Amino acid sequence: MSSAEITAPASPAALAAKAQYRRDRILRFALCFGPSFAYLVVFMIVPYLLILIFSFWQVEGYAIIRDLTIGNYIRIFENPLYWGTVLKSLEIAFIVTIAANVIGYPLAFFLVFVAGRHRQWLYFLIIIPLFTSFLLRAFIWKTILGRSGVVNTALEYLGFIDEPISLFLYNQFSVCLTLTYIFIPFVTLPVYTALEKIPKELIEASLDLGATPWQTVRRVLLPLSIPGVVAGSIVTFALSFGDFVTPTLLGGPSGIMISSIIIGQFGAAFDWPFGSALAIVVLLVVLITVVIASKFERRSLA
Amino acid sequence: MNSYHHPIISPRSRLWFRVFAISTYVFLYLPVVVLVVFSFSDSKLLVFPIDEFSLRWYGVLFANKDLQRSILNSFIVAGTVVPVSLALGTPLAFALDRFQFPGKTVFEQGLLIPLIVPGLITGLAILLVLKELEVRLSLVTVIIGHSIWCLPIVVTQVYARLRRLDQTIEEASMDLGATRAQTFLRVTLPNIRTSLVASALLTFTLSFDEVPVTFFLTGTQNTLPMHIWSMLREGVTPEINAIATITVAISIIILAIALQLLNRDNSARPRQPGPVTGNNGA
Repeated sequence: MSSAEITAPASPAALAAKAQYRRDRILRFALCFGPSFAYLVVFMIVPYLLILIFSFWQVEGYAIIRDLTIGNYIRIFENPLYWGTVLKSLEIAFIVTIAANVIGYPLAFFLVFVAGRHRQWLYFLIIIPLFTSFLLRAFIWKTILGRSGVVNTALEYLGFIDEPISLFLYNQFSVCLTLTYIFIPFVTLPVYTALEKIPKELIEASLDLGATPWQTVRRVLLPLSIPGVVAGSIVTFALSFGDFVTPTLLGGPSGIMISSIIIGQFGAAFDWPFGSALAIVVLLVVLITVVIASKFERRSLA
Repeated sequence: MNSYHHPIISPRSRLWFRVFAISTYVFLYLPVVVLVVFSFSDSKLLVFPIDEFSLRWYGVLFANKDLQRSILNSFIVAGTVVPVSLALGTPLAFALDRFQFPGKTVFEQGLLIPLIVPGLITGLAILLVLKELEVRLSLVTVIIGHSIWCLPIVVTQVYARLRRLDQTIEEASMDLGATRAQTFLRVTLPNIRTSLVASALLTFTLSFDEVPVTFFLTGTQNTLPMHIWSMLREGVTPEINAIATITVAISIIILAIALQLLNRDNSARPRQPGPVTGNNGA
């Protein structure tokens, strides 16, 4: 790039060389970008758009009627089963995001400022769960909380209860507990990265200038770690909102979430357009979350 | 740095932080320990206390033909997803690092959508396209689904590495007479190799465990997690504890290798502090 600019004086040969260089560059860009982009168009962009189109179609009998209508959306907002489940999924996602932050943030703080020489392997212990099966981590809680599960049999063995309690499983509590368990690392890791990036000098300066440790945490560390909190919270909120594994395994009738209903529409109910409309609602929630979160982040950094 | 005691934490609050951290680690790992312990229990019921220890469930596991088939399928899927995501993701990372183009920011952000959107929706979206094109569901469609969210992971990893790469070494190579291809193979590639290997290991592990995207895209052939899923739907069976123990062990090994590689790469070139692992888009 720079060499072409240096030889700029307008000799025709130089101009031709420059044009040749530009053509080469464009060609190289096309080769790098083109094939992957085409793949993304076919299997990512078009698919997401197709959900939107499907959501405006309708099913009659077993055939899909390809006329645009907002009937599916009206159905969602008229039937409390649907919008109620959306609200409940939002509630669960909200509780999980708060809980994962309450536990995950201090944990990251511990790793950066307290763990000292143990930091590396303790950090490794946070990453491991991220790469072990989501499915099995949810299943673990079923074996722990169930009627013949570990908690019940242990309580019985110790003589605290006479017969198993079914209080622990198949309700909103078990879903929230399990999702929080799963998403703590999703918050801890980005917060860790954000806290670790803060220069030590900044903290020392704050303390030297007379701020108490607590003031330093509140006025220096907390604001500077907001990007980590936002990143972790977006993922936690979006993925727990749309999860179906946990509610299916541990939710029971009162713990049903929106994704379980979507699956039903593509299975037994065989109403793909309506399922697509529900999927669009999920996508909208995720999108709005991202927009709100990044607004919040920008304002807190300003 | 490691032995540095931060003045911001008083000794007393340091103690509280330790107590808190220990309880959190117990919360995170006790369930895993429970599961591993129960995988060695002889009893069919997951009851406490355990009377007899045995390898019974591991035996059941290795006699299960469906399960073996599903493990093979998962290896096929993950083994294909890795080269596909690398082949598509690496050039994309180069395009982002070396070129300016209109809509670049939007593209960079849009690329992360599959990582934020619940996998079920991504799978469903691809299912709609496949149905419109009248493609039958098979392991190939599962591979397509996985590649769509593994690709952003590869791009983020390689892009992060390329940004820290000093491009003058490439210019030096070409000034000294190497062709563009030689420069790529002998200068650029060795420098980004660790990020490639690491993202290969990460995507392999993630693909091997994947359920939500797979859910709508799998045909008659099940992957391992989908097979476990159908076993779970039928009720709690103890051999699942044995499978879980094995997969946890494998994940730890693969992850340890990946992190070791990333760490070595980082400490060899301390141009930008902080762990690369912070970028794991998972």
